[in-house]
Amino acid sequence: MSTSFAECSARERVARLLDRESFEEWLPPSARVMSPHLAQLGVPSAFDDGVVIGRGRLAGRAVFIAAQEGEFMGGGVGEVHGAKLVGLMQRALRDRPAAVLLLAESGGVRLHEANAGLIAVSEVMRALLDVRAAGIPVVVLIGGANGCFGGMGIVARCADRVVMSDNGRLAMSGPEVIEASHGVEEFDSRDRALVWRTTGGKHRFLSGDCDVLVDDDVQAFRDAAIDAIGHANALTLDGLEREHALLAARLRDAPEGADAVALWRQLGIRDAERVPDLDAAEVRALVAN
Amino acid sequence: MTGMESLVYEFAGTRCVAAFAPVLVGVVGSGNLEVLVEPAAAAISRYSVETSARGFGAIWEAVLRDFHERHHFNGLSVSINDMGATPAVVSLRLDQAAAGLKEATP
Amino acid sequence: MNAPVEPRIWNTRAAQRAQRLERVAADLGPALRGKQVASEQAVALLNAALNPFDRVCLEGNNQKQADFLARALVQADVQRVHDLHMVQSVLALPEHLDVFENGIASKLDFSFSGPQGARLAQLVAQGGVQIGAIHTYLELFARYFIDLTPQVALIAAHSADAQGNLFTGPNTEDTPAIVEATAFSGGLVIAQVNEIVDSLPRIDVPAGWVDYVVLAPTPNVIEPLFTRDPAQISEIQVLMAMMAIKGIYAEYGVQRLNHGIGFDTAAIELLLPTYGEALGLRGKICSHWALNPHPALIPAIEAGWVQSIHSFGSELGMEDYVRARSDVFFTGADGSLRSHRAFCQAAGHYACDLFIGSTLQIDLAGNSSTATLGRIAGFGGAPNMGADARGRRHTSPAWLKAGREARAGLRGARGTPRGQKLVVQMVETFREHMQPAFVETLDAWQLAEQAHMKLPPIMIYGDDVTHILTEEGIANLLLCRTDEEREQAIRGVAGYTAVGLARDRRMVENLRDRGVIRRPADIGIDVRDATRNLLAARSMRDLVRASGGLYQPPKKFRNW
Repeated sequence: MSTSFAECSARERVARLLDRESFEEWLPPSARVMSPHLAQLGVPSAFDDGVVIGRGRLAGRAVFIAAQEGEFMGGGVGEVHGAKLVGLMQRALRDRPAAVLLLAESGGVRLHEANAGLIAVSEVMRALLDVRAAGIPVVVLIGGANGCFGGMGIVARCADRVVMSDNGRLAMSGPEVIEASHGVEEFDSRDRALVWRTTGGKHRFLSGDCDVLVDDDVQAFRDAAIDAIGHANALTLDGLEREHALLAARLRDAPEGADAVALWRQLGIRDAERVPDLDAAEVRALVAN
Repeated sequence: MTGMESLVYEFAGTRCVAAFAPVLVGVVGSGNLEVLVEPAAAAISRYSVETSARGFGAIWEAVLRDFHERHHFNGLSVSINDMGATPAVVSLRLDQAAAGLKEATP
Repeated sequence: MNAPVEPRIWNTRAAQRAQRLERVAADLGPALRGKQVASEQAVALLNAALNPFDRVCLEGNNQKQADFLARALVQADVQRVHDLHMVQSVLALPEHLDVFENGIASKLDFSFSGPQGARLAQLVAQGGVQIGAIHTYLELFARYFIDLTPQVALIAAHSADAQGNLFTGPNTEDTPAIVEATAFSGGLVIAQVNEIVDSLPRIDVPAGWVDYVVLAPTPNVIEPLFTRDPAQISEIQVLMAMMAIKGIYAEYGVQRLNHGIGFDTAAIELLLPTYGEALGLRGKICSHWALNPHPALIPAIEAGWVQSIHSFGSELGMEDYVRARSDVFFTGADGSLRSHRAFCQAAGHYACDLFIGSTLQIDLAGNSSTATLGRIAGFGGAPNMGADARGRRHTSPAWLKAGREARAGLRGARGTPRGQKLVVQMVETFREHMQPAFVETLDAWQLAEQAHMKLPPIMIYGDDVTHILTEEGIANLLLCRTDEEREQAIRGVAGYTAVGLARDRRMVENLRDRGVIRRPADIGIDVRDATRNLLAARSMRDLVRASGGLYQPPKKFRNW
């Protein structure tokens, strides 16, 4: 029987992803390490500032894990939230776990905390790159209803490996922001099929922005995380230049109208218009050859 | 006037609870709340509420009193962060926390 | 000496009809081909066909709208077309009220105005519209045959053939009732269609009943009103759904029912194949439905719970699923759904044993209302579903049991043995923004004063309500014998609202002992079991999967 990853809270995801009862939480709710900013704005704080961090075992191997709670402030990164992520990754440099798992569900910077939030996100990026440089794989798992947007979208693409379910989303600007800035003809944020064609897991997988596509199932995410252990993807100058070339080509060759279906056709996907109706296994099969 | 409302209630109970690890249920989201239950070295149960929905003190008192009378625990410290949950959701979370508690108690 | 008696003329209807047809032919000339009128001539058609003070039905249904004809009517020449008396089910489009602001119409009889409720209230306050009455759907249809017969009907059909036969398809809705009354009283029937084809899938309206057909430039508007995303169903709604199934459906053996619109009822539909199955209830409840094709019912249909569904209208995205499940839905020989609001309403009245729905406010007598200040929303169909049908005679176990509970111990006329329809109002004690659902006085009273109504607009009368179901439990009003018992039974499930907090605790305990009030524990339900995991589908995608890919949700519901 499958368990929906999207339906689970951050804590439930951690408990179900790791080996049974192997999770040890750092800075737990009872420690009350909370946001110093929200109360004066009349906004409730969370005991864990919306992120669970700690260590546990995955298939017997020691791993570090962080899970953002999308329901609290849309998973937005505030000062304390960001510091917990940074602290986790700095400790990884010392303890050298087999992997750092980041269960990302976030709208990006928590705007209520303004500059503190911005700084926090950039510090997370720096810390993640340090972990990666140390040869410890950082795996980002994206499958929550809120998706992974804003500064956290950038963080996700700094990781060794990105795993997404098909109802997960990954992007920088959110759909409403694009519509507000560029008009509804450019992007109708209420056309949810369009939103998922543009930012959803299937599109990211087909266009190469996400490494692994899975069903909305905790077990599938767990298997993908296990698979990522031992597969650090070193950042090299060659690798960066290849990425730059790929992005330049993508921009240059973008199909007329810039709809995802046109891009998939360009990538050689058969029956591209059927992709939105396919499940993860069927989409994987499209590129398996 | 913005700002959170802080409410504290204390009730005397009869059932003492042995030491247990803190129990957390719920998430602070719109219409939702989180409840943290911890042991307290006192002969009462203490409920403290931080809420963004101001002006419902009488209802909080009634809900918490009813919860307390369902279980009658002593030595509890119950801390709540609330974002406008209805009494139905509050009662549900409290009962979920109490269930987690029983399992923790030897 | 007697005054000379003028011989009465008995063919005014026919004469008037002929006059209108002649005027149209004269004004449109060669632009009229058979019955077909080009869309550019729509306004000219209406100018010629209508007389001032006509009673006009502009098809504004719950879902389908004759929107092109509505736009044309707004542009009519007010010198030729003015002071119309509009009779229509629903005020859905801005154009439905624009016609009053520009003098084309002055009087209104209708049933529901959800989207236009606030603007209608303003218009009434300014004296811009004279409301005859607010009806239920079936009530309005009934008056089409008595004293509100339309002289001109502006309807929406999917397609027409060259002769003027019409196909109304899955969203047939109110059209048959409107056309029957209009065509058979000498009136004019004017249809807008999405396409003109050589041969129709089936004929829903014969050409002989149709006078003019206009090809609309864009397909008529249809709203997906009955689709509910399972992702938005809360734990509290799951709890209430469990109580409905175990505490009422199972108790009375409800085989034939109607669900009002909402997430609460969607939760019940999604709990049948899981919670209902675990209770061994398949085949014992919920076999026959008066219901639109709710996507939320797909899992129950697939699991074999449902024998038949008759629908008021269709639901966007469900067309292929309905077609593939013709054993369950009413479909034509062409395979597509045939809906019929008038008959479905009648079925809800007489052939269903239970109605369950939500509301905004309930008072201490059990009267419930969705009226809010500053909006005149009307009734729609709910009062037909949520009322005891006194004309019913055939029995069923559920109907008899409810009737016995209501009449036990009573004598005389009130105690004469008969059955009773189960009418359940299901509501959380607090709505959004901590608005209490239970009040001492309904807003409906104040609205009646504001809008000069003769009666407060009550959706479901307290003496028709048999059960009130909240997160706190179920109050069985059938077992109450005095107004005081009824009041305390209601307070006893009103939770922490002011009404609930003012309960007489001893009376409420006594009512609980007697089973008049049942808490979840009394029904054998542990509130902690009420989680979303019990739902047979928890997302739109789950519904699509359950349908084997046949259900195609409209774009705004997709998230994959």
